[in-house]
Amino acid sequence: MWTLEIEPSGPAPVAAAPGQFNMLTAFGVGEAAISLSGDPAEPGRLVHTIRAVGPVSRALAQLRPGAALGLRGPFGAGWPMAEAAGRDVVIMAGGLGLAPLRTAIHRLLTERARYGQVLVLYGARSPADILFRRELETWRRRLDVEIEVTVDHAAVSDWRGHVGVVTTLLGRASFDPANTVALVCGPEIMMRFSAAALADAGVRAEATYLSMERNMKCAIGLCGHCQFGPVFICRDGPVFRYDRIAALLRHKEL
Amino acid sequence: MSAAVKEIEEIVREHPFFEGLLEPFGKLISGCAKNAHFQPGEYLFHEGDSADQFYLIRQGCVALEIKAPGRGAITFQTVREDEVVGVEWLIPPYRWSYDARAVEFTRAIAMDGACLRGKCEADHDLGYEVMKRFMPVLIQRLQAAQMQILDVYGE
Ligand SMILES: Cc1cc2nc3c(=O)[nH]c(=O)nc-3n(C[C@H](O)[C@H](O)[C@H](O)COP(=O)(O)OP(=O)(O)OC[C@H]3O[C@@H](n4cnc5c(N)ncnc54)[C@H](O)[C@@H]3O)c2cc1C
Ligand code: FES
Repeated sequence: MWTLEIEPSGPAPVAAAPGQFNMLTAFGVGEAAISLSGDPAEPGRLVHTIRAVGPVSRALAQLRPGAALGLRGPFGAGWPMAEAAGRDVVIMAGGLGLAPLRTAIHRLLTERARYGQVLVLYGARSPADILFRRELETWRRRLDVEIEVTVDHAAVSDWRGHVGVVTTLLGRASFDPANTVALVCGPEIMMRFSAAALADAGVRAEATYLSMERNMKCAIGLCGHCQFGPVFICRDGPVFRYDRIAALLRHKEL
Repeated sequence: MSAAVKEIEEIVREHPFFEGLLEPFGKLISGCAKNAHFQPGEYLFHEGDSADQFYLIRQGCVALEIKAPGRGAITFQTVREDEVVGVEWLIPPYRWSYDARAVEFTRAIAMDGACLRGKCEADHDLGYEVMKRFMPVLIQRLQAAQMQILDVYGE
């Protein structure tokens, strides 16, 4: 896992909204959609967190300081920050899903007084896989936000926190489900289970948002590469209201 | 009724695991209960031991662990206040398949499994009530295990 900080060489970048993504090009290799993961209050610093899984992501992760890369964006519909105002906000992140939610967390903390309770529930594979660990610890010390981290498994010696799936954290959290907006990002299966657990806890599907991933090419709604049923992830998402995609999520082949 | 008996019955009926329990069931179940506490690092039980009890956790944290060759002990679940440790007392051969270790100072109600099995056998209404409360714990553990096996977050 690598976090890149990109300094624009052309005109000043357009300020991105939490949850939006850029298309990053590793020259000679290809392009990939990568979410912004920095603090939206600092639009001049473009921060991206990348997991090296294939040719493009690996090439991006291997860039040395000072190296050039291509960038276009920001694209997509991000997290519903305006709708969250005045309400409790429950953030459920799994693995790398914390990266796109980090922008939303920064925004919530910058404008803390605008929101009700703020809860961040984060699930990672093991203690060594926890992203932004120092930052999570800093946030944990604040009294106006609840941060809970759980891991799927841990060696006994290196962890004193929760062990178990991220949905178990929801049962222990205190918030007003009828007046909550939930933001969920992680592997699709984790999002499905999280959305179901949120519904069981009383959060409406209309107030639950998921960030979807599909391979992208144009990122501007032209090529159809990112089609997900009747929607294009790049143009209509990547953040979707759960009630609008719940049926699609149940279809394995999409 | 002595003060100690009264108190334990109240604790059992007020524990979220037994929320809404009818009074006669509360009495029967509490007859198998006693207070327990564990210091940090102390084991509640070990893999292979006979599973003669379960624990209603009132305070603290218990780690459920399996020893994996070459990897030491791996925690696969933590259980905290308001939750329950142990379903093996219900199902033959009544043997623990993992270790349970107090991570913090932990207070619990220890329930005698053989005692409660006997009462469930004698009164199937009680038995059904107990089953209904343990079944979700089993299913949740199964679902969690599925997610852990899938290793959804990857490297
Ligand atoms: C809106 C959006 C936001 C995204 N944000 C990020 C981000 O912030 N950080 C990031 O690293 N990626 C992000 N992605 C995923 C990214 O665009 C690429 O899909 C990913 O980096 C793999 O591209 P690749 O060309 O390197 O590998 P590919 O050749 O496409 O894939 C190589 C192998 O990796 C597997 N794979 C593909 N994607 C993933 C994945 N996400 N996790 C695990 N395995 C995978 C493939 O199945 C394949 O087996 C985002 C995607 C979308 C649509
Ligand atoms: S990537 Fe081309 S339509 Fe979405």
